[in-house]
Amino acid sequence: MAESENIVAETAEKIFADLADAQTINHDKKGEWKAPLWQALTDAGLPLSWVPEDCGGSGASLAEGFSVLSAAGRFAVAVPLAETMLAGWLLAQAKIVSPGGEMTVVPATPKDRITVNADGSLSGRARGVPFAKVAKHFAVLASDAKGSFSIALVDAGKCRIESGLNLGGDHSDVVTLDHVQPVAIKPAPPGFDQTRLMLMGGVARSLQIAGALESMLEISVRYSNERVAFEKKISKFQAVQHNLARLAGESAAALAAATSAADAIANATSFNDEMFLEAVAAKIRCAEAAEKGGAIAHQVHGAIGFTIEHILHRYSLRGLAWRDDFGSESYWAVELGKLVCSRGADELWPLVASR
Amino acid sequence: MTAALRFDPIRLPPECEQLRKEVRAFLAEEIAAGTFDPHKPNREDTDVPEFSRKVGERGWLGMTWPKKYGGHERSFLERYVVTEEMRVANAPTRRFFVADRQSGPVLLKYAPEHIKMEILPRICKGELCFAIGMSEPNSGSDLFAAKTRATKTDGGYLINGTKIWTSSAHIADYMIAIFRTSPPTKENRRHGLTQFLVKMKQPGIQVNPIGQITGQYEFNEVVFTDHFIPDDHVLGEIDGAWKQATSELAYERSGPERFLETYYVLTELVRAVGNNPDTRSAEGIGRLVAQVHTMRRMSVSVAGMLQAGKEPVVEASIVKDIGTIWEQQLPHRVRELAAFVEETATNRETLEKQLDFAIKTAPKLTIQGGTTEVLRGIIARGLGLR
Repeated sequence: MAESENIVAETAEKIFADLADAQTINHDKKGEWKAPLWQALTDAGLPLSWVPEDCGGSGASLAEGFSVLSAAGRFAVAVPLAETMLAGWLLAQAKIVSPGGEMTVVPATPKDRITVNADGSLSGRARGVPFAKVAKHFAVLASDAKGSFSIALVDAGKCRIESGLNLGGDHSDVVTLDHVQPVAIKPAPPGFDQTRLMLMGGVARSLQIAGALESMLEISVRYSNERVAFEKKISKFQAVQHNLARLAGESAAALAAATSAADAIANATSFNDEMFLEAVAAKIRCAEAAEKGGAIAHQVHGAIGFTIEHILHRYSLRGLAWRDDFGSESYWAVELGKLVCSRGADELWPLVASR
Repeated sequence: MTAALRFDPIRLPPECEQLRKEVRAFLAEEIAAGTFDPHKPNREDTDVPEFSRKVGERGWLGMTWPKKYGGHERSFLERYVVTEEMRVANAPTRRFFVADRQSGPVLLKYAPEHIKMEILPRICKGELCFAIGMSEPNSGSDLFAAKTRATKTDGGYLINGTKIWTSSAHIADYMIAIFRTSPPTKENRRHGLTQFLVKMKQPGIQVNPIGQITGQYEFNEVVFTDHFIPDDHVLGEIDGAWKQATSELAYERSGPERFLETYYVLTELVRAVGNNPDTRSAEGIGRLVAQVHTMRRMSVSVAGMLQAGKEPVVEASIVKDIGTIWEQQLPHRVRELAAFVEETATNRETLEKQLDFAIKTAPKLTIQGGTTEVLRGIIARGLGLR
C-alpha cells in the first residue's frame, strides 16, 4: 500500500470510527448520525475521491478510493459513499463536473437500459438503484439507437422513484426516466460500455463485502472469547474454533479476490479478458463468502446475533444485500462461463495464470 | 482486535513470464516425445527418472537454493511458476517433488556442511527421491506420539520401529524422519524427538507397499530393525525436533499443489461442453473458474509474502484448508455438470475416466500433509482462540 493510500484510508477509518460506530448507529432509531457523518466525509473530500480536481473532486487515485471502500465495508456504512464515488467516477469518464451532495449511478444492474432519445432526452427504467431516494443527482449511462454510449448528469427530482429497501434496510429503488432532459450529457469514451460500469460497481461491492466479513470475523472471535457456556468460554470448544477457522477462510477468500480485482483495475492500461476475470471472480467469490461467512458469524453468536439490538446484522445483511448490486454472482458466473467456453479448454489455464 | 489477515495483491514479476514460456515449451516437447500423457492424471506411482533429470538439467530444481549447493538463487515466485505449470500439465513430478519442496530446505537449514555438499547438488540434478517419515501406526496427526526409537550406540544410533503412510518410500533414496531419542517430559510432551536423515535401501530397512483405494501403491509401511544411522545424519537439535517442524509449514502448505490436484477435470469439462454452453453449464463453469482464480490469488499472495521474508503461517494454513476442500469437491461439481454433456462429445470417455480417478483421489486431499482438523486448529490459534 502506498503511503498516500494509507493516509486517505486512515482519514476514512477515523471518520467512521468517530461518527459511524456500529453500536451507536444501531441505537439511533431516528438516523440522526447520518447528517454529521456525511458532512465529515464531504469535508474530507471522500465522496468525490475519484473526481479529478478540475471536475470538482479531490483527485485521489483509484487505489486510494478502493481503500476507502474497504474501510466503508468494515463499518458497513449506510450512507451513499460508494454510490457517490462511483457516480463521480462515471461522470469524470466524460469530463462532466460533479455537483455536491449525494449521488448514485443508473442503471445498477446489467440488464436494465437507459436510452438516449432523438431529442437528447433520456428514457428507461432501472431497478435496484442503491440510495436513489436520497440522491440529489444521478450519473446515468445511456445508449442511443445505434448503441453508442453517453454519460449524463441528471437531476433526481426529474425522475420517478419507487422506493424500496434491500436486505440490509438501505434504499434500493426503482428509477424511471420519461424523456428527462439531463443537466449535462457527453459521449462516453471509446470502448466504455455498461459492462465496464457494472464491473466497477461490482468491484466496489466486493471490497465492501470483504470489509464486512473482516468485521464479522472480528466481532465473532471477540464474542466467542467472552461468552461462557457449559462453564467455559465457547471459544474453547473445538466445534466453535473450527467454525471460526472456516469464517476466517471465507473472509480471506473475499479479501484476496476483492483486493486483487481492485489492484487490477487500478493498474490497468487496457481492458481485456484478464481484467474481466479479476472483476467478475471477485463479485462471484465475495457473494459466496457473504453467504457462507455470514451464516457462521450468526451461528457463533447464537440468538443474540439474531436480535435487532445486536450489531451483527448490520454486517451480515448488508453483505447479503450487496450481492445483488451491479449483477449478481449467478449472472456473472454465466457470463464468465460463456467467456471461458468461447476461448476453449486449452485457453483456460493461460487465462487463470496470466498474472 | 484479532491480527488482521493479509492477502496483498501480489503480481508475478516479468522474469516469471519468460520462465513460464520456457516451462510450457519444455513440457510440450516432453508430451510430444511421449514421456507422459497430459490427459492422464498425475498418477503418483508413476516414476519417470529421466524426466526428473531433464527438469534438473533445465535448472528447475533447488531453484531458490544457494549456488554453492547446486541451486540457482532464483525467487520463490519463479519456483511457483514451474510448480504450477508442471501440476496443470499432469507432469510426473513424484520423484523430485518432495526433495525440492521440503527435504532440501530442511537439509539446508540443519545438515552438516559435508552432507549438504554431497546431497543437495544431486537433488538439483534430479537424481534423488526423498520420503518423509512422520506418521506411525499409532501416531498420525498427533505427531509427538511417535514411538520409533533411536538408541545411542557407537558412532551413531540404532533405529527400531515402524513408519507408515510414507509416500514414495519404495523408490526413495533418502528419508527425513523423526525418531524418539528421549521420553517426553511432564512439562513438554513434544520433547524427545529428533530429526534424522535416513539413507534408504540399506540393511535394517524393509519397505512394504500399501494398496490405496485408487488402485495405486504409492504409500508404504517402513519397518526399521536395528538400522544404523551415523551421528552426522542427525538434523538439528537432539530431542528438539518440535522446534524445527513448524517454520517450514508455510512453504509446504500454500503452494499450487494444494488446490490444483484435480484441476484437470475442469479443463476436460470445458472441452466437453464446447464453445456454446447452455446456461447451467456456463454458470457452473463460471463459478468454478472464479473459485480457482481466487485460490490462486491467495496462494500467489502467500508466495509473495514468503519471498518478502514474512512468515504467513495462518494465511498459509487457510490456503491449504480451503484449497484442499475445493480440489476435493471439484470432481463432484464437474460430475454434476458433466451429466448434461452431449453423448457425442469427443472427449467424453477421457472425462469420465478422469472423473473416476479424481473422485477416488479426493478423500486423501484433506488428510495428507496436515488434516483439515489440524489446519483449523492452527488457524484458531492464530485467531487467538486457544
